[in-house]
Amino acid sequence: MNFKHKYVFLFPGLFVLIGILIFPIIFTIRLSLSGWNSYTPEMNFIGITNYIRLFTDDPRFWESFFRLSFLSVTTVILQYVIGFALALIVWREIKFKRFFRVIFLIPMMTTPVIMTVIWRTFFHESLGPVNDLLGNLGVEPILWLSDPVIAKFTVIIVEVWQWTPFMFLLLLAGLLSLPKEPFLAAAIDGASPFRKFVYVTFPLMAPISIGAIIIRLIEASKIMDTVFVLTSGGPGTATETSSFYIYIKGLREFQMGYAATLSFTYLVIMIISLTIIAKVLTKLMIKE
Amino acid sequence: MKTIKTYVVALISALLVLSPVAYADKWSDQFPHIKATGDIPGECSYDAMSKKNYKGKTLKINTHAVPVMGEPTALHAEQFAKLTGAKVDVTHTPAGDLYAKAMVPFQAGQAPYDIVFGFSNFINDWKRYLEPVPKKYVEMKQMQDVTPSHIGIASWDGVMYQFPVDGDRHYLKYRKDVIDNPEYQKKYKADTGKELRVPQTWKEYGEMAAYFNGWDWDGDGEKEYGSAEVMKKDDLMYAAFYSRSAAYSKNPKTPGGFFFDLKTMKPLINNPGFVEALTDWVAATKYVPPGGINFGLGDEIGSFGGGQTLFSFSWDDAFVAAMQPDSPINNKVGAAQLPGAMKVWNRSTNSWDEGFNQAPFFVWGWAVGVAKKSKEKEMAFDYLCFFANEANHQADIGIGRFGVNPFRNDDFKADVWTQIGWDKDIAQSYVDTLAQMEDSKNRVFPLRVPGTFEFNAALATAAAKALAGQLSPQAALDEAAKQWEDILNRVGKDNVRAAYSVGVAMEDNKL
Repeated sequence: MNFKHKYVFLFPGLFVLIGILIFPIIFTIRLSLSGWNSYTPEMNFIGITNYIRLFTDDPRFWESFFRLSFLSVTTVILQYVIGFALALIVWREIKFKRFFRVIFLIPMMTTPVIMTVIWRTFFHESLGPVNDLLGNLGVEPILWLSDPVIAKFTVIIVEVWQWTPFMFLLLLAGLLSLPKEPFLAAAIDGASPFRKFVYVTFPLMAPISIGAIIIRLIEASKIMDTVFVLTSGGPGTATETSSFYIYIKGLREFQMGYAATLSFTYLVIMIISLTIIAKVLTKLMIKE
Repeated sequence: MKTIKTYVVALISALLVLSPVAYADKWSDQFPHIKATGDIPGECSYDAMSKKNYKGKTLKINTHAVPVMGEPTALHAEQFAKLTGAKVDVTHTPAGDLYAKAMVPFQAGQAPYDIVFGFSNFINDWKRYLEPVPKKYVEMKQMQDVTPSHIGIASWDGVMYQFPVDGDRHYLKYRKDVIDNPEYQKKYKADTGKELRVPQTWKEYGEMAAYFNGWDWDGDGEKEYGSAEVMKKDDLMYAAFYSRSAAYSKNPKTPGGFFFDLKTMKPLINNPGFVEALTDWVAATKYVPPGGINFGLGDEIGSFGGGQTLFSFSWDDAFVAAMQPDSPINNKVGAAQLPGAMKVWNRSTNSWDEGFNQAPFFVWGWAVGVAKKSKEKEMAFDYLCFFANEANHQADIGIGRFGVNPFRNDDFKADVWTQIGWDKDIAQSYVDTLAQMEDSKNRVFPLRVPGTFEFNAALATAAAKALAGQLSPQAALDEAAKQWEDILNRVGKDNVRAAYSVGVAMEDNKL
C-alpha cells in the first residue's frame, strides 16, 4: 500500500477550506488591488493605490476604527461584569433558579434587527415611551439618538442588553464546572464571600473568562446591525463603526475595490490586536 | 317615427354614458383603491390587464421600503397578480441601499429582480443594464399625457430607460392656519417687529420657525415645532441641502454650473453660497422636533402631515398627507416656492450680489426600470404600465405617504385636487406653485453624472457632520469638495463633464 494515498483523504476537507476560507481571502486581496466601482465594473489592476488612499487620505476609516474600539471594549467590559454578576446569582441555590436562568437568556434569543427596531422606537425622541416617562418625572427629553455623545451610549445600552446573556451563559457554564474542593478549603479557613470570590472563584474562572471576552470582542468588533438600524451611523458619523463604514463604501457607494482594501486591512488589524489582547489578558488574569 | 328615433338616440346615449359607470363599478368593487374613479379605459387599465394571462410566471420587484413608493408597489403588485394570475414577489429596501441592490447583480450579469426602483439620477450608472422602454409603451395614450420634462427625465440620448411613475420637485409647505392667522400676525409683529407671512427668504423661514418652536400654537394640547426636514444622512438629505443652497448659489448671472464650474470642473459646493446655506441648516437643528436631526423622508411626511410643525420643504408627499381627509390639518396648509435669499454668490466676481434671488430645485424623484437580463420583460413592462395607469395614478397622487407625485399635464389642473376634497384656493395655490417652478428661468436640476451616488454620499456625510456639530459648515464643505475632487479624478473629469453639460444646458435654459 502506497503510504502517500493518505493525502487523498485530506482532499475533501482541504477543498472545503479553500472554498470557504482561502479563496474569499485571496479574492478580496485581488479585488483590493483593483479600482472596481459603479462606472468601471472590472477587475483591473491599479497596484497599491487603494492602500495608499487608506493610509494617507481616509481619516474617516480610522475614526470609525477608534470609535469601534471604544464601543466594543466598553460593551464587552459591561457585558462581562453584568454577565458574571448574574451568573453568580443563579449559581447559588436560590428560588426559581431555572426560571431566572431562562429569563436572563431571552435577549440573546431574540432577533437583533427586530429588537433594535423596538429599541429605536423606545428611544424615539418625540414619540418614544422613554422620553415620555422621563417627561412625567419632569425630566427634559433626552436626545438618545441625535446627540453625538449620547447616541454612542444608546448603542452601548442596546448591545449590552442583547449580548450580556451570551456572557452569562458561558460564565455560568464555567462556574458549574468548577471543582468544589477549593471552595470547601476556603470555607474551612473561614474566608469571607468577598475573599472567596477574589482568591478562589475569579482565578479559577480566568481561563473561561478570557475565552468569553475574546469571543465577545470578536463579535462586538463586527457590530453592524445595531448601528444600521438604530442610528445609521449618525448623527453625522458619531456612531459609525468600521464594518458599517466598509458597508457604506462597498454596498452604498459601490467602491468595491476600495471596500476590499478596507476589509483586508481591517482583518489584519483585528488578527493582530486580538492576539495581543488575548496574550495581555492571559498575563493579567492567569497567575502560574 | 321621429319619437322612435328620439328614444333610440336617447337610449344609445344613455348606454354610452352609463356603460363606463357600470364598467367602473365592476372593477372598483373588486379594487376599492380606485373607488373614486373606477377603472379608466386605456392600454393598461384594469380591464385590459384582466385579459392578460401570466399564470405560472413570477415577477420579481425591488422597491423602496413601505410606505413611500413601497406601499403602492406592493398594492399594485397584488392587484396585478389578481388580474393576470402572475405571482409577484416584492422586496422592500431602504432608500440608501436601492442603488447597490440593483448594481451588484447588474455588474455580476444577473437579474434577481425584473424591476428595480431607484431615483432618476441613477440613470447614468444604470442605463447600460436597463431595457429601453418598448416603443408600444412610449407611444401609448397614457404616455402622451406625461409632461415633456418628465419624459426627458426618464430618457437619455432620446432613449427612454425609466418608466415614468412619479414627478418630483421641492417646494415650501406651511401651516396656513398660523401664517394667515391675524392674531398670530399681530403677536409676531409685536414680539419681533416683523411681518408674519409666507417666508420669502431662508432667513425669514428660520426666524418664524424658531418663534413657533416648542409651544402649543394650535391648541391641541401637544407642543408644536418650527420645521420638519430630511436631515438623516442616508435618507436623501443631500436633496434637502441642495434645496436650501439653490437661492444662495444659483446665480443667473453666472451660468455654467451649480455643482461644478463646467469649464474647469472645480467643485463649487464649498463656496460661500453653500456655506451660508449649511450655516442656516445647522441653525435649523434648533427648531426641528426632538430627534428631527434623524428624520428621514417618512418621518418628515409624518411630522408635517401629522400637524407637528409649522414648515416643511421637500417633495409633495408631506403636503398631500396633510391634505388627506383623515389628517388633523386637512385644508389648513399652503404651498409656495422654496424661499429665496437676499444675496447670491457670484463666482465670477468672487463676491455677493445683493438683491432677492430664488431658484427652484427640481428633484427628479422616483424612477423604475426593467432589467435587461430579465426573462419576463413583457410582464414587467405591463406591470409598470398598470402601476401608472390613469385610475391608479389618480388614486395614488391623493395619498401622501405613497410618494407618487404629479408628472402628467392633467395633474396640474386644480380640478383634479378639488375632486378629492381640497379647498379650491389651496388646490389653486398648489398647482400655481408647481406651474411657477416650471416657468422659472433660474432652476437647479439634480446631478446626473457617472458616480452620482458617490458625489451625493460625500456631500451628505459632510453636511451630516456639520448638523451634528462635528465640523463647522466651512470645514464640512471643504471636506466634501476635496472628496468630490478625488471622485472626479477616479471617474475622469471628461466623463463627468460630458454628462454634467446636459444638466447645465437645462439650467441655463439652452435645452
